[in-house]
Amino acid sequence: MTLFDVVAAVKDPELRVLNLAELGILRDVAVDGDAVTVTITPTYSGCPAMDMIRADIESALHDAGVADVTVRTVLDPPWSTDMISDEGRSKLAAAGIAPPGRVLLQISMRCPRCGSPATEQLSRFGSTACKSLWRCTSCLEPFDAVKAI
Amino acid sequence: MRPVGYVAKYVLGLADDALITAQRLGEWCSRAPEMEEDIALANIALDQLGVARMLLSYAGELQGQGRTEDDLAYLRSEHEFRNVRLVELDNGDFAVTMAKLLFLSVYQRLLYDRSIGVGDERIAAVAAKARKESAYHVDHSSRWVVRLGDGTDESHSRMQAAVDHMWPYTHQLFAMDPDVRALDVAGVVIDPSTLRAAWLETIDAVLAEATLTRPASVDEPTGGRSVHTEALATLLADMQVLHRAHPGVHW
Repeated sequence: MTLFDVVAAVKDPELRVLNLAELGILRDVAVDGDAVTVTITPTYSGCPAMDMIRADIESALHDAGVADVTVRTVLDPPWSTDMISDEGRSKLAAAGIAPPGRVLLQISMRCPRCGSPATEQLSRFGSTACKSLWRCTSCLEPFDAVKAI
Repeated sequence: MRPVGYVAKYVLGLADDALITAQRLGEWCSRAPEMEEDIALANIALDQLGVARMLLSYAGELQGQGRTEDDLAYLRSEHEFRNVRLVELDNGDFAVTMAKLLFLSVYQRLLYDRSIGVGDERIAAVAAKARKESAYHVDHSSRWVVRLGDGTDESHSRMQAAVDHMWPYTHQLFAMDPDVRALDVAGVVIDPSTLRAAWLETIDAVLAEATLTRPASVDEPTGGRSVHTEALATLLADMQVLHRAHPGVHW
């Protein structure tokens, strides 16, 4: 297991079913002698999970025997939900969270539980900055959806 | 010579607009008209706070005096804040909050859109990220202004009153700060007066759909971004009290 894999396997604290690579926020893991520099990018400008993600990366690398860890944050290019991997999308759907559509292609939101396209948006803003709140009008279950951004 | 001090002032203006907006929106937390709105306003506040933090950190670096984002947010006095007066005003009723958010977020979206191309990669990177979030803020506030304006007699009259009350404060958004204008900062600083036509076009469309009338006010603001209303003093007292009482506190 490479150090990249170690960092990639760290879970996102808010979307627990995704790891950092699947979420698309891991930009680089650079090894220079004993020092490792990890480069990540935030999903939203104000994402409150960034501190925890940094701490989780450090502890994962410490567990892998790396003492000298630097976590760097870059903004450019800005994160987009298009950076969530296909595997990540499947995992979101399996966890009852509707994956985002492609940013430039607005399609109707499908219920992640019953698959019905008959859904309605309850709120543009959901339980975390990256989600909106929906309800399926077929099975009547509410669900979270990751906003395309 | 590149006038670094003036770029820092400009960046502080952008940062403080976002910071003070975040603080005001945060006041709605647990008090919004419905739970979804509570979450929406907190989320928008969080977006604004995130932008503010990145820009405050950058402004601190530009100033070169070792001041962190926290130093700038918690240890400056009123006259050192560089936000426009629109964002510091009291929340008022929900209509006032939505009028403020609409006026500000349409301006921010235009400003961030233009800032992507500026010759300062830090500003450009923050703008590239913020513009996408800004689009949600515009969308959210527009929907509410239309819903209230084109709603009941009561909601219509309160929304119109909110627009009338806030309108004079919008002029400052487009006034080039005299502190910044003085020097050659072309390529980094966006002259906000160049955003006004596009801003009006968007606002007019929302007001028309909301059956609201655009006020005829031509009051021009006096004083630059270091001049504030008394509302900022009470806001800062609330925002800074913990940090000032317990320097360096963490939780």
